[in-house]
Amino acid sequence: MGLFRKKKYIRLEPVEPEELKRRRDKIPDDLVERCPSCKNLILMQSIGEDRTCPKCDYHFQFPAKDRIKWLVDQHSFVEWDEELKAQNPLEFPEYDQKIAKGQKNTGLEEAILTGRAELDGLPLAIAAMDNRFMMASMGSTVGEKLTRLFERATQLELPVLIFIASGGARMQEGILSLMQMAKVSQAVTKHSQAGLFYCSFLTHPTTGGVTASFAMQGDVILAEPKAIVGFAGKRVIEQTIKSDLPDDFQDAEVVMKNGFIDEIVPRNKHHRVLSLLLNIHRKSKVGD
Amino acid sequence: MKAYDIVKKARDVQRMSTIEVIQGLCSDFVEFHGDRRDGDDQAIIGGVGMMNNGKPVTIIGLQKGRDTAENIRRNFGSSGPSGYRKAQRLMKQAEKFKRPILTLVNTAGAHAAPESEEKGIGQAIAESLTVMSELTVPTLSIILGEGGSGGAIALSLSNQVWMMENSIYSILSPEGFASILWKDASKAEEAAEMMRLTASELKALEIIDHIIPEKDENGQDLSNQELAQRLGKKIQEAFVEMSQMSPQECSQSKYDRFRKY
Repeated sequence: MGLFRKKKYIRLEPVEPEELKRRRDKIPDDLVERCPSCKNLILMQSIGEDRTCPKCDYHFQFPAKDRIKWLVDQHSFVEWDEELKAQNPLEFPEYDQKIAKGQKNTGLEEAILTGRAELDGLPLAIAAMDNRFMMASMGSTVGEKLTRLFERATQLELPVLIFIASGGARMQEGILSLMQMAKVSQAVTKHSQAGLFYCSFLTHPTTGGVTASFAMQGDVILAEPKAIVGFAGKRVIEQTIKSDLPDDFQDAEVVMKNGFIDEIVPRNKHHRVLSLLLNIHRKSKVGD
Repeated sequence: MKAYDIVKKARDVQRMSTIEVIQGLCSDFVEFHGDRRDGDDQAIIGGVGMMNNGKPVTIIGLQKGRDTAENIRRNFGSSGPSGYRKAQRLMKQAEKFKRPILTLVNTAGAHAAPESEEKGIGQAIAESLTVMSELTVPTLSIILGEGGSGGAIALSLSNQVWMMENSIYSILSPEGFASILWKDASKAEEAAEMMRLTASELKALEIIDHIIPEKDENGQDLSNQELAQRLGKKIQEAFVEMSQMSPQECSQSKYDRFRKY
């Protein structure tokens, strides 16, 4: 039986020449990435400024700083409350290390960047959440930055635009995270009562206590294609009902069909749509 | 007492519930059903009553069942979007007719199910928070048993928040917390110790304003009826006191209360 004949031995870990190893070490880790959607290997240099897949238009994670810089008028962004750092109010074990890791990943003090900027010359208060920082979960500092964003916008009579991405409330701050839902909701309400415009832009993923508060409180709720939008996690629900759910269960497209999102806007249309919305909602008297 | 012993007490379906509080507080009560859109979620009881002092009140309370049949009807005290939308409707009605609102919380959390997501449970909770933020009538929330996560805060953005001595209020169940933290839900007892979910710990953190004792002056357990009578008196006193505020003061004091977190 030739089929089972023993082949020659091969060496599984060949000794490499030093030169080859040295050259390989020089290749940066983030040179290529596999697109989670079309599975093609993408040379990161070929990804446009808007961080979408050149082959299938998949929307990659957009770092908060880059996103705001990409969207707004050049040099118009002024950061607010950048000194507010993540705290560990309940002295939760290993939380400090997680904060440090998030800070290292993003170059931010917390999972959200807030400030004011201009878009086509129209002033606005703007924020972007960065899910490389502990899944951009909402603890006391994220809640405080959001509350100050709305309070200041109310004072300055500015519209608010937030790019939301969040795993929900931050477990490590326990009940204090739950209180943020109430705190931020109150500030959103005051802003709204002053007749000012708030656009919440849902990006992947928008879940938990963030969905159940300011994400769903926008005058206009937009979403990026294929963003997961929901309250309870898909796995949690599957465990509860003990059966599988469809893959697209919480896709923004489905959530829009269910009536909870105004429009799905891909990145190549962000600028135009947001500029139009800001223009339409300029604070003015009826008939002006 | 260990935190997890309090968790067990808080979950006891025989403890004082929304129905007994209504009986202890009101001389008469009419239940109002439905959200006017989609149905009537029985996990939340809502309606209007005349308090024993002759003043009207709107009451909205989560209610667990005491037997299997009632638990199915009440969905184990976990409301879906429809229940929260019923609550919003009744809150707006109370605002229109200038009567105070009492909310009673006893839920493990909002209903986690596909239909709940499809009907927008996240949006329903968000909207409840907005409606409660807009209210200018006095509001009081009492955690009767479990105060679980978004499903609890959705009814607890009030001028005052009280807790029963053996109730809990937390971002997640101790089981859920343990499974996130240690990937092991059986370590719920340890999680409960860490979470600061008991009334005394939450009073120390200034999350709540007041703890309602469940024993009498001699340390004897009170029956649900006796407890509800005593609680009813305190609720009436609180509303009399809060009614001194102008609508603007009422709204501002609520803003300040939650602004500090």
